[in-house]
Amino acid sequence: MNTAVLPQRENYLNAGHGLKSWLLTKDHKRIALLYLITISLFFALGGVFATLIRVELLSPNGHLMSSDTYNKMFTMHGVVMIFFFLIPSIPAVFGNFFLPMMIGARDLAFPRINLVSWYLLVIGGALAIFAMVAGGVDTGWTFYTPYSTSYSNTWVIATALGIFVAGFSSILTGLNFIVTVHRMRAPGMTWFRMPLFVWAHYATAVIQVLGTPVLAATLVLVFCERVFHIGLFDPALGGDPVLFQHLFWFYSHPAVYIMVLPAMGVLSELVSTFSRKPVFGYKIVAFSSVAIAVLGFLVWGHHLFVSGQSLYAGMVFSFLSFFVAIPSAIKVFNWTATLYKGSISYATPMLYAFGFIGLFTIGGLTGLFVASLGIDVHVTDTYFVVAHFHYIMVGGAIMAYMGALHFWWPKMTGRMYPEGWAKLSALIIFLGFNLTFFPQFILGYLGMPRRYHTYPDEFQVLHVLSTAGASVLAVGYLMPLVYFMWSLRYGPVAGANPWGATGLEWQTASPPPVHNFDEIPVVTGDAYDYSRVVGEVMEVG
Amino acid sequence: MASEAHVETLALREQFDTAAQQKDASTLGMWIFLLTEIMFFGGMFMMYTVYRAVYPNVFGLASSTLDEVIGAVNTAVLLCSSFTMVLAVRGAQLGKRRTVMLFLVLTIVLGLVFLGVKGFEWNQKFQEHHVPGPSFHLEGTALQGQAQLFFSLYFAMTGLHAVHMVIGCGIMLFLLWKTYQGTYTAEYYTPIDMGGLYWHFVDVIWIFLFPLLYLIDRHLK
Amino acid sequence: MTQHIDSVKTYATVWVVLLFLTALTTAVAHVDLGAFSVVVALTIAVIKMLLVALFFMHVRHSNQLTKLVVLGGLLWLAILIVFTLADVFTRGWLSVPGK
Repeated sequence: MNTAVLPQRENYLNAGHGLKSWLLTKDHKRIALLYLITISLFFALGGVFATLIRVELLSPNGHLMSSDTYNKMFTMHGVVMIFFFLIPSIPAVFGNFFLPMMIGARDLAFPRINLVSWYLLVIGGALAIFAMVAGGVDTGWTFYTPYSTSYSNTWVIATALGIFVAGFSSILTGLNFIVTVHRMRAPGMTWFRMPLFVWAHYATAVIQVLGTPVLAATLVLVFCERVFHIGLFDPALGGDPVLFQHLFWFYSHPAVYIMVLPAMGVLSELVSTFSRKPVFGYKIVAFSSVAIAVLGFLVWGHHLFVSGQSLYAGMVFSFLSFFVAIPSAIKVFNWTATLYKGSISYATPMLYAFGFIGLFTIGGLTGLFVASLGIDVHVTDTYFVVAHFHYIMVGGAIMAYMGALHFWWPKMTGRMYPEGWAKLSALIIFLGFNLTFFPQFILGYLGMPRRYHTYPDEFQVLHVLSTAGASVLAVGYLMPLVYFMWSLRYGPVAGANPWGATGLEWQTASPPPVHNFDEIPVVTGDAYDYSRVVGEVMEVG
Repeated sequence: MASEAHVETLALREQFDTAAQQKDASTLGMWIFLLTEIMFFGGMFMMYTVYRAVYPNVFGLASSTLDEVIGAVNTAVLLCSSFTMVLAVRGAQLGKRRTVMLFLVLTIVLGLVFLGVKGFEWNQKFQEHHVPGPSFHLEGTALQGQAQLFFSLYFAMTGLHAVHMVIGCGIMLFLLWKTYQGTYTAEYYTPIDMGGLYWHFVDVIWIFLFPLLYLIDRHLK
Repeated sequence: MTQHIDSVKTYATVWVVLLFLTALTTAVAHVDLGAFSVVVALTIAVIKMLLVALFFMHVRHSNQLTKLVVLGGLLWLAILIVFTLADVFTRGWLSVPGK
């Protein structure tokens, strides 16, 4: 394996030097790396809050911090992880980098707006961090009224402003992706020849542009209520706090699909590549992405089952919530069918894909539990829900993110990471994850409420197991940080297509040239056509 | 087949193959942005719809304290500004620089008239103690909280609309300056086109705000 | 892509109709139509919106995708309003023991 530092031909990394060439770049690939660094920092910050939470929960009577401080910990953990890590993650890093390449374009439709998107995330993040440093916010990431509007004495507005700004980052990314997919496809790249990763990001983008503005409106109203005491959500003045929940969850439920659809897009690429088979039922998977995006907007009331929402509305939302599980399940079945009689390789990205399939399935099935009105009355606001969404977001989305990182690392950097260490950390992450979150299903079912830092003694064993798991998980996440950095200098030089994958991004050099392709390809075949990949080199045309 | 790298111009930036493709992309992008604006205003429209449905009488009473003639005239002002805007775009399509500048100026003037009238109306509300807050009071009802809800929504929605108008005037000024500099031609006038779409959209928002805020239960007065 | 340049007459006609509809909606508001008042007011508003969209915003010359974007936006707004109203209006319907 060639580990020497070769004189490199010109690529997007070495074309243009200095801070200004990065901070004023219009290159979607550079912007993707700017995002990678930014969201990694936010992930670390969210992880710090998680650590503090888990350490506090080691003992039943919470002597590490006061209740008020604990409220701030879980609030800021949620805010950072959701708005500043998960929502941008896969689209802003891998979508930005690879969506144009996958459809044979030279860049996104609006490169300068792409850069503005990144700056908005940074500014929003700075505002949120300011709020945290200045004293924090304790409302929960859900900002329920009337606590957030009338009673909390913490930095609600600063945090809300940070989220508001970050929301526009998300909206502009979505807008950019939609226009790019509609108008920038290479000759011959029809809708049904696009990689499923692109379909997933298109569906995600639709959610981003339809849902996020409602969050923005909600935050404006919270600001007005908090500053002017106008009574929109105050029962004493005729207002209805449940209306806040309707507005909030109209965005925040589809938001979870913003977080998971791109992960599913990654899965299609990984499962196909490492079974060396086309994804089973390509069109069904593509339509499922769209179906999830649409149906995802019709279920938000399942977050309001015990809020005072009408029982009839609850029943309708419950039924629709069962319905929205179907396209997700279809995707899992189709990936599994893809594996059948495939030539399976257990490279690290595939290990993460397997992890996703198993853990997302568990998370998704428990979603059906909480979608059932009767069960939800029992488990709502308990650790059961916490475990449910962490199985999807961490066991699902973050696993897919890690899989994507390992899969596309050689393409983005031109270097291969050390496979042995990568496999080991994937295993550690898997074990650590389950040890952290499986006990939480049991805790929740037994009655442990979420957002509480004191609890009955009999829950301590499960909490200790969970915290132990979190420590293992932390180790698992730190290892890639080390070996990825190592690989930049000492990793084997990667070729154009080390995985033998299909997809136009693998037809160009690693790292890619500034304009992606020396010549824009003309597409004549379907996605996932492995007969055209000879060894490591894909035959063009 | 392979698209050649080309020298970047305003009408044909380097990521696009043809000017038509760029115009198409810009137009689609603008419409998607307007879509997000529909949802942004939509949150407040939803709040309004719910509270009006639940407190119809108080809302009717509160609405009747707004001057419908001023509201109607202001609506007409904005519709005139949309007319001048579309004539500006038409002038751009024909490459007539002076026409564009004339109609952009008229649009800005009408927009400022609208904002001026709005300011006058708000001041009136302030005088009558109809601004939500400690000194709020609406005669004729015991449901002061609910009455305050109407005015909260009135100020929030007309306020958000006014912010968009101010931004719109800013955009028009920018376009005016660029037109003066000769930046646009009959082949490339996309920014004027896009500015027009924005302006018309803000007008459409007002088309709904006027009847919803000013014309509730007028027959009862 | 051929460009449609509408005539000043077309725009002026639409403008006059819009002004007329504004006067109409203001006048009709003074007629007691009961629950129908809001229907009439919204219908007129929708017609005005369509005139502005189709003629001033050139939607009538636009491609299918643009029209889909407009319709999608209106549909999604409807989802938000209708589902929320459905909750608010059905709250008293089912009496649950103990509630």
